[in-house]
Amino acid sequence: MNLLFRNRKISGLLAIVPENQRTFEEEMDQFDFPKARSLKLKRVMGYDRHRVVKGEVCASDFACYGLDRLFQEGLLARDGFDAMVVVTQSPDYLMPPTSFVIQGQLELREDIFCLDINQGCAGFIVGLFQSFLMLDQPSISRVVLINVDVLSRKVSPKDRNSYPLIGDACSIAIIERGEEISPIYANLKMDGRRREALMIPAGGLRLPASSATAVLESDGDHNYRALDHLRMNGLGVFNFVQSEVPPMIQDLLRSSDTPLQELDYFLMHQPNRFMLQKIADALQLPYEKMPSNVVEKYGNSSGVTIPIAIADNLRTQVVRQGLKCCLAGFGVGLTWASMLIQLGPLNFCDLIEYP
Amino acid sequence: MAFGLTVSQTASWFAAGEHKLETVANVLQSIRPEADFSSSSNFISDGLLDSFDIVTLVSELDRTFNVSIPGIEIVPENFSSIPAIEILLQKHLPQ
Repeated sequence: MNLLFRNRKISGLLAIVPENQRTFEEEMDQFDFPKARSLKLKRVMGYDRHRVVKGEVCASDFACYGLDRLFQEGLLARDGFDAMVVVTQSPDYLMPPTSFVIQGQLELREDIFCLDINQGCAGFIVGLFQSFLMLDQPSISRVVLINVDVLSRKVSPKDRNSYPLIGDACSIAIIERGEEISPIYANLKMDGRRREALMIPAGGLRLPASSATAVLESDGDHNYRALDHLRMNGLGVFNFVQSEVPPMIQDLLRSSDTPLQELDYFLMHQPNRFMLQKIADALQLPYEKMPSNVVEKYGNSSGVTIPIAIADNLRTQVVRQGLKCCLAGFGVGLTWASMLIQLGPLNFCDLIEYP
Repeated sequence: MAFGLTVSQTASWFAAGEHKLETVANVLQSIRPEADFSSSSNFISDGLLDSFDIVTLVSELDRTFNVSIPGIEIVPENFSSIPAIEILLQKHLPQ
């Protein structure tokens, strides 16, 4: 479906990554693969470093740390927002929602609309949709959109296909009504028939976590995972992205009558370097317009890779000027979504570390 | 069958001085040095290439032949044998 929003803007952005950094070389011995084969893949996929939490850090810990920082620095008032949307696939609990944990932990007021969304790699865009819609209410003038995942805790350390790429991270975006600069055009598609392409089979009520679901099993290809761990049909997801994402972006440009050359940046979800380069080739985009350094510096943190791409690559630009950007996210569900939006000038844009 | 070709096909391709065929074989061997591609009729179903090997193979083929194999064509059947890879490459090599 096509979506259109007017008078909405992102006014501030903070990305938070764990201080703990691990390199692919440090972890290579834990995988059951010849080193030479792994090193070839490192070059292609962009395996290098990733940021993962130490111990039992949860989504709300990350979010509270980031919000506290904003309160302390006077960038957001404790009572200065009316809704909090938390997008995560790694909630603290099945119930209550993580947004309530954050609200309670930070002793925020009761007159606040707390909402969790279970979304992954398209989660920044889906979260923006929800935040923009909330601002239709006169009593809501500012929304805090939190994207957060600690999926390293749900990926097998013996899964060479996923573990080296996964990253933990959080982002906090401030969403407000804004003057009409240009409409925000977007589109969204979802396909639950392909839901098993990316899933964590156990831990819900369909298959409760147990000692049996924690047993590591070989996938027949030297990767070992339990039913408690994230599973991905790698080639299936790759084909989904390559067949759906370039046409989705072309549709968005066509329906909004926006020439591709008019855009300053294409900020995609970043699963791996190879996938992004193939999308860029399909759209005939110069690589410099599509930052692809997030996965090699921080890892794939699902819905947080787009905010990190902004904070890491564009932070000095977006606080000074407006940039015409195309955002695109794709992943679990399956979900694919894109958006044309002017980013900036923001009140703040920063990237900090969680100790 | 050798490299997914009949013996006579292999012989005729090499006899024709088909350098590309040899190069593809070398690229495959560099990715999986321990694998015996010459006795396989289907690299995927025989377990010689997994999805991540295909990604590595595409990257090597792109680099070696100076092409960009479109993402939409990165499906297992296009990498199941040397002729399949050859057909894919032919579509994207400059004429």
